Amino acid sequence: MSSTNGKPKFAMYWAASCGGCEIAVLNIHEKILDVDANFEVVFWPVAMDAKYKDVEAMPDKSILLTLFNGGIRNRENEEMAHLLRQKSQILVAFGSCACEGCIPGLANLSSKEDLFDTVYATVSTENKDNIRPQFTYQVPEGDLHIPEFYPFLRTLDQVVPVDYYMPGCPPESHQIAAVIDLVIKVIKGEAALPENGATIGANASTVCDDCPRQRNIKKITAFRRIQDVNNLDPEICLLEQGIPCNGPATRQGCGALCPQAGAQCIGCYGPADGVIDYGARLIAAFASVIDSNDPEEIDRIIDGIPDLAGQFYRFNLAGSLLGAAKPAWNGN
Amino acid sequence: MQRISIDPITRLEGHGKIEIFLDEEGEVANTYFQIPELRGFERFCVGRPVEEMPLLTNRICGVCPEAHHMAAAKAADAVYKVDPPPAAKKLRELLYSAFYVTDHTTHFYALAGPDFIMGPEAPVAERNILGVIHKVGLEIGGKVIQARKFGHNVIEIIGGRKVHPCTSIPGGLTKGITEEQRREIEEMGRWAIEFAEFSLQLFDDIVLGNQEYVDLVLGDIYTHETYSIGLVDDHNKVNFYDGNVSVVAPDGERIGKYAPHEYTEWIAERVEPWTYLKFPYLKKVGWKGFVDGKDSGVYMATPLSRLNAADSMATPRSQEHYEKFYDTLGGKPVHQRLAIHWARLIELLYAAERWVELAADPEITSPNFHTVPTETPTEGVGIVEAPRGTLTHHYWTDERGILTRVNLVVGTTNNYAPISMSIKKAAEQLITKGSVVSEGLLNKIEMAFRAYDPCFGCATHSLPGRMPLKVTIRDVNGRPIDVLSQYC
Repeated sequence: MSSTNGKPKFAMYWAASCGGCEIAVLNIHEKILDVDANFEVVFWPVAMDAKYKDVEAMPDKSILLTLFNGGIRNRENEEMAHLLRQKSQILVAFGSCACEGCIPGLANLSSKEDLFDTVYATVSTENKDNIRPQFTYQVPEGDLHIPEFYPFLRTLDQVVPVDYYMPGCPPESHQIAAVIDLVIKVIKGEAALPENGATIGANASTVCDDCPRQRNIKKITAFRRIQDVNNLDPEICLLEQGIPCNGPATRQGCGALCPQAGAQCIGCYGPADGVIDYGARLIAAFASVIDSNDPEEIDRIIDGIPDLAGQFYRFNLAGSLLGAAKPAWNGN
Repeated sequence: MQRISIDPITRLEGHGKIEIFLDEEGEVANTYFQIPELRGFERFCVGRPVEEMPLLTNRICGVCPEAHHMAAAKAADAVYKVDPPPAAKKLRELLYSAFYVTDHTTHFYALAGPDFIMGPEAPVAERNILGVIHKVGLEIGGKVIQARKFGHNVIEIIGGRKVHPCTSIPGGLTKGITEEQRREIEEMGRWAIEFAEFSLQLFDDIVLGNQEYVDLVLGDIYTHETYSIGLVDDHNKVNFYDGNVSVVAPDGERIGKYAPHEYTEWIAERVEPWTYLKFPYLKKVGWKGFVDGKDSGVYMATPLSRLNAADSMATPRSQEHYEKFYDTLGGKPVHQRLAIHWARLIELLYAAERWVELAADPEITSPNFHTVPTETPTEGVGIVEAPRGTLTHHYWTDERGILTRVNLVVGTTNNYAPISMSIKKAAEQLITKGSVVSEGLLNKIEMAFRAYDPCFGCATHSLPGRMPLKVTIRDVNGRPIDVLSQYC
């Protein structure tokens, strides 16, 4: 990345994440050159020699745009969130982890001790002395430190104020390219910024609006698991065929990729516009397709969804009204 | 006496951390490579339906989600004791071969290549992909982008998405491919074979043609005589998707092969209180500390170890290079860690050849891509070779296929002990009697990392090969006297 003075400054950072957001950004291919041409990239550990101290030394609000991906799992993630908030005019929660916690947010169903007790006592772990990692540990030669692991994972806006949200696991590359185009237009005075707090790089409606599968009247008498179905119809709505597809509650933006590949939407773009609680919206959507008025039969049909917490809060537990289950809260 | 503390990354960025302690004579007494993060997938996947594991565990690593997707799908097959139809297995392996081409290409050109093409002594600012393109020409840059694009195209056609594929389920796949897609995939694969041959030629010209580099590769600094492991087929040929794990001793003797469900007899993991990551080792040999040799259970799981653990390659062109590799480096097994780069390119060629073989198979377009499981789900293990090492997923479920227990031994984790040893060795060579070759230290440690292509993406958030380093040199009272850093 070249560095020319006078251009607006750009930063991208990853906290507790998998790296998929970075790969999605790299997959915009030649568009990366537009970023280079229009911004001075001041901090982006994956793409350039980034110096933390340089960021610390920058005047407050001197970075125009920071894309922040990853959730807040430990002390170091939190400190980076505060630093980049302080230095940035526009802070974007980029990707599902930063927006709503994503899959790692499912850890909020368990206490910290439970996580440790599982990981450090698996079937292949030889750990007779029941050793657990210590934030500070004295080896014969001196003290060693590792960052404090928090009782639960938080989203970016649970730690610092966020200006915009860009959902997706990861955000699709064409959406990233569109957002970059928009920001460049804003810089050139050709467009205005969206309203603060808006969701960008996605549409307001649901995945169903992008899904080419044919929708008829939905009336189901059983939920079915995808591996149990022979000859799933490739043209008909998956939910109509009894597959618990999260499309009706999930924000439009990916182009309905999974349903088009024969797999149900699992909800990675988070709640659609106006949805306060994703799980509640999805429960309502599923309830409306159940073809029965008999409470016992309804119970039986709902039992066909084997994991309610995962089905309704798979990507957004940390960001939901619930946030975390009791064992995790108790650890705080 | 100096106390030298090598702190690869600042606490705040915390992508990993190395502490080096000196003894009274100023020689290295011990080194500690710490991984600062944990997410706990083994715990929070419990309670989830097993068919979701190929989707949930993708999110362990966005750099190699395809590896987790495949290991999870195979473990889920095993949980249901269901054998997917041939077309499904071939499609999964085809996706996986294309993924290998993308991943190995990225590593060689963007991450490892700069060390060789620009030279290991080139300034950090020039040792990057842009430096490579400036030196070898824009045309090569275009080829690298093309190779990555083609690989991702195949991943999307079969896997439904470019990042985090979604189509593998217990018993096979949710979709097949059309004849038109098959032709397109085959054509891209033929281009990939030529690209791989071109890459091997480039390595030949630039590295093998330069005595200075050959000396570096063959030198002692990155040599560790450890066990090698890797997945092989029934004929003991390298395979990435299926087979048994071959275990070869430092002297080349194959001490055994294990099927996925036997892994707990062979692999154990050690917990240390000063890091979040565990250290796997060979259970049958035992943990003897961070040491080389036949009595130490430390092993490596890399492109080099896969070549060492196999008898040969399964495709003709890669076999030619396999033979040349061992002829040039003095026979099997090879222990020089920098040879991992060459081994990776041989694997790149194998993956491209396998891509075309599978794409040319008439059965690959069969509409029979899924078998509905009929057995009661119980327990299963799935193993694939991730680019960065053998990847093991082990699941237990109740009779509804809901997970009750999960164990994961992840690619790079296999190499945690040997990487730690390479760091120690680099430190020992560069620190004598308390005097530190400060410039060389960062560079040499970074090259040691890069050879393994470590992806602590889930733990350290540094993409493979870009290990942020910060070195603090302290006097006997713990007072910092010098600080060096890069990428942080």
